[in-house]
Amino acid sequence: MSVFDLPSYVQNDYLGLMGQQIEVSLGACAAGLAISLPIGQACARWRHAYPPVLVFVTILYSIPSIAMFVFLVAYTHLTETTVFIPLVIYSLAILVPGVVDGIRAVPPEVRIAADAMGFGPARRYLQVELPIATPTIMAAVRVAAVSSISLMSVGGVLGNLGGFGNLFTQGLRHFEIRLVWLGLFSLLALALAVDLALRALQRLLTPWSARRSVRA
Amino acid sequence: MISFERVTKRYPDGTVAVSSLSLEAPDGAITVLVGPSGCGKTTSLRMVNRLIEPTEGRILVNGVDARQQPAAELRRGIGYVIQQAGLFPHRTIVDNIATVPRLLGQSRSAARNRAFELMELVGLDKALAKRYPHQLSGGQQQRVGVARALAADPPVLLMDEPFSAVDPIVRKGLQEEFLRIQAAVAKTILFVTHDIDEAVKLGDKIAVLRQGGILAQFDTPDRLLAEPADEFVEQFLGTDRGIKRLTFYTANGLNLLGGPVVAADTEPAAAREAALSGGFPWLLVVDEQRRPLGWTNPEALSGSQPVGKTRLVSFGHVFRADTDSLRAALDSAVLSPTGWAVGVDAEGGVIGVVSQETIADAIRAAHATQAHVDVAVGDVEGEPAAEDAGPEDRSLEQAR
Repeated sequence: MSVFDLPSYVQNDYLGLMGQQIEVSLGACAAGLAISLPIGQACARWRHAYPPVLVFVTILYSIPSIAMFVFLVAYTHLTETTVFIPLVIYSLAILVPGVVDGIRAVPPEVRIAADAMGFGPARRYLQVELPIATPTIMAAVRVAAVSSISLMSVGGVLGNLGGFGNLFTQGLRHFEIRLVWLGLFSLLALALAVDLALRALQRLLTPWSARRSVRA
Repeated sequence: MISFERVTKRYPDGTVAVSSLSLEAPDGAITVLVGPSGCGKTTSLRMVNRLIEPTEGRILVNGVDARQQPAAELRRGIGYVIQQAGLFPHRTIVDNIATVPRLLGQSRSAARNRAFELMELVGLDKALAKRYPHQLSGGQQQRVGVARALAADPPVLLMDEPFSAVDPIVRKGLQEEFLRIQAAVAKTILFVTHDIDEAVKLGDKIAVLRQGGILAQFDTPDRLLAEPADEFVEQFLGTDRGIKRLTFYTANGLNLLGGPVVAADTEPAAAREAALSGGFPWLLVVDEQRRPLGWTNPEALSGSQPVGKTRLVSFGHVFRADTDSLRAALDSAVLSPTGWAVGVDAEGGVIGVVSQETIADAIRAAHATQAHVDVAVGDVEGEPAAEDAGPEDRSLEQAR
């Protein structure tokens, strides 16, 4: 018997848990980024909007997940969506500041040069500001992805919705410490692998970034 | 041509950055806007490509009101160079230069070919094409900035303190290179600087602005230095405007003496003889290629060693007799311990030497000629031969 074989009461095999874990936590992170980009861009443009937005996303981050589950179960029932939505909300607290910092880090003379060369606002955003903001945004994405992976474990309390987190709840319920260790190491390994993958993606997206280049 | 017609920029808080500015930047020439900080020179520049919109008045670019076409289109037809270059850090050098051609819809390969041409024009090694901006020195980045502004071959170029952020030696090189490029491309250039020396060196015409964006004087560099319109302009020009003005008089009319120049292997007796017959207090010793070695005092020569082996007095620095200005010649004479300046040819070989007194005579003669020309022009226009007669005159060779 391999360490990856799970007792029947877990109601899923190892790869099934891993698939759920990746799908929900990284999906939430991606959705969070999709929401954060326009919010962050708006906050970078209208500076006075940023402080209240920052307070708001931080307050959202402080809501306990169990409370959110209880609230959401009435609408989304015992589905992955109930775990997914809080993860998206939590990721905003990391991603919105990341996007704002990234856009603000675009040097003013670069922005002026782009305007002066005849970039329209949309082109300037997509071809100049967003690429230059990418290293900062990707740093935030890495934190958000790893934190999503870890936060998702709580979904185990809803039944079979916590990915590797299910191993904690089931392990405790059936006094099977092996499952708890397996869940813990699996989470750590996954978090590490995702972080490395995102780091590789960042290098691919930003070949110009200072860290990799060789001085002339 | 860029024409400002009574252009005013007033901000909502009541600050007036530019006040009823009217001036015309002629085609194919460099017009410099210069003044202390807060004089509205950058604001004026940015109103041409509508990064800032004027409150009153209008700006015509080649006869067309800048506001008649969409800002983005207008800007693609106007090159723009700024102080920190403003290069795109995420694009390679070649792609930075190709930016505007790409915006104008050129294919990637056509835009890149154009970019390579421009790298050559501005003196950038093609090996840098695939580098990113942060891998280049400040001077190289600024060259890329100029190349990028020229990429779409716009008739008009706006330059906002493009050489201020680099060190003085690199700046001097960039300025000279810039004049060389301008001689080849002949763009209509509006150039902003706070540095009067840079303005005098680069400008075909100079507009001096004072606080609040008021035009204090608009003239050629020579006229500006000769006749500042008021106390403000005079102070802004500094206490050495007389010396600066010598930049516009060429040194190639100076009578260089070959008599006091002796070869290194000359015997002391022969050297003394040469000095005595010509009445020269000093002799300049040169090597076989006629490059200067130093001065020797013929009266102190003794023994039988050739003059090249004796202790020589440093000659300071030389001036190019064919291309340098009277300013360079005078500086060379002032610096020389003997009071004599050494004139050389393109290869650095000595043509002859000239004393401070001779240079002073040449300066007086040049001023007299200039005044005479001014008066003559004034007469033709039927004005009294007043001091500030007639339009500017560029007949005197500008020795930059």
